[in-house]
Amino acid sequence: MGKRTELYEQHLAMGAKMVDFAGFDMPLHYGSQLEEHHQVRQAAGLFDVSHMVVVDILGTGAREYLRYILANDVDKMQHRGKALYSCMLNDQGGIIDDLIVYFLEPEHYRIVLNAGTAAKDLAWMESQVNHFALGLHRRDDLSILAAQGPKSPALLNVLDQPLFTDAVQTIKRFECLDNENFFIARTGYTGEDGFELIVRNTEVVQWWQQLCALGFKPCGLGARDTLRLEAGYNLYGQDMDETTSPWCSNLAWTVALKPENRLFIGKQALLTEKDRGVNTALVGLILETKGVLRSHQRVFLADGREGMTTSGSFSPSLGKAIALARIPKTEDSHCQVEIRDQRYPASIVKPPFISPNPLN
Amino acid sequence: MKPLPQNLKYSTTHEWVRIDNEIATVGISDHAQALLGDVVFVELPEIGKTLSSGDEIAVVESVKAAADVYSPVPGQVTAVNPKLQDSPELINQDPYDQGWLFQIRLQGDLPFTLLSAEDYQALLDAE
Repeated sequence: MGKRTELYEQHLAMGAKMVDFAGFDMPLHYGSQLEEHHQVRQAAGLFDVSHMVVVDILGTGAREYLRYILANDVDKMQHRGKALYSCMLNDQGGIIDDLIVYFLEPEHYRIVLNAGTAAKDLAWMESQVNHFALGLHRRDDLSILAAQGPKSPALLNVLDQPLFTDAVQTIKRFECLDNENFFIARTGYTGEDGFELIVRNTEVVQWWQQLCALGFKPCGLGARDTLRLEAGYNLYGQDMDETTSPWCSNLAWTVALKPENRLFIGKQALLTEKDRGVNTALVGLILETKGVLRSHQRVFLADGREGMTTSGSFSPSLGKAIALARIPKTEDSHCQVEIRDQRYPASIVKPPFISPNPLN
Repeated sequence: MKPLPQNLKYSTTHEWVRIDNEIATVGISDHAQALLGDVVFVELPEIGKTLSSGDEIAVVESVKAAADVYSPVPGQVTAVNPKLQDSPELINQDPYDQGWLFQIRLQGDLPFTLLSAEDYQALLDAE
């Protein structure tokens, strides 16, 4: 038996097919993964992502510590209530994890880690505290919900909680608000407008039921995967890991090389790699024939050089198979992918595969 | 779960087969489609291909996974379901009728491993 989130019984009661994910029994879907995908693209869906791990970083040294352990620069967040996506790198410039860091107070930052990597991440983070004045607090008392889709703001706005609806109306993309009873951020992993809520374990069932009553449809990890893939978001462990740098993971935009006097872990290795020349890239592929792309399929360029798909699926929005693939740097717009010993034509694109809905 | 049609035979690899004289129609069971989830693509055999029972002959792909389909009977492929190219979801919606995969002209004996509905149900209950 796997670990369970506080919502386990809710999932079963709603007919979820459960699967193991990072040691947790999590909902794969509640009937149809495709319907849940479309629900999020067109209306609003609700995900239990409480397997992910909230860590609060408290102390006068929190900011300088984060500037040291993250490849993106938390100084970009000019005021409280901002969020920033970043990689955490090892000394070789490989990605230990990707995360979102939230700036709550000058001496209080919050990060959310992937479930499968949280233990490793925390051990690494502890080992880097050194002289920084701070404490790392793993918040196993909290649960995370993701309310995603273009109708999310309108649906949340009718909750009979003035503080909450104020927050929904006020915060913009990559902003957040924290108070005694809830934390809300306008972030997500679907490519749609939406919010992530962090609430007490003891109250999450009530939140879940309330949001479902408002019209949010429960969605499983299956839809979450096709949604994030269409949006061009990497999945840690699949599209990137400790052997790949942000340069070859389509994440150069998350590396802050300026200001030049900021030292961060992995920086030297990244500069060296850049000097030598980065020779692979993470790109998007769209299969031009019928079929389904999967991870670990071989990719062939016209000149014979090879790459590999890292994530692949069927895109419900496009009605075509799509993939992320790490391939040699190329100007080519087409390649071939090997599926069951046969090669099929695919076009090479820059993710995302869908244009996101305009945000408020 | 839909009740198992009594007139079909089943394989331990979750295909069903309906035999009308020398023509066998093959699909995957309701249990198999439920495990796979939303089917989005089917790779079907070429007409005329000759098969032994147990040969890999088709692939059913859902959003989540690809599953090989094995021929439950020996013979030659005479037809494939033309609707599946554009409507693979028929396999989810109607696995025992409109979601059939292919037809085979039987050659040789039926394998003794084919299960009755009752025996297949027992297999499912044991899983």
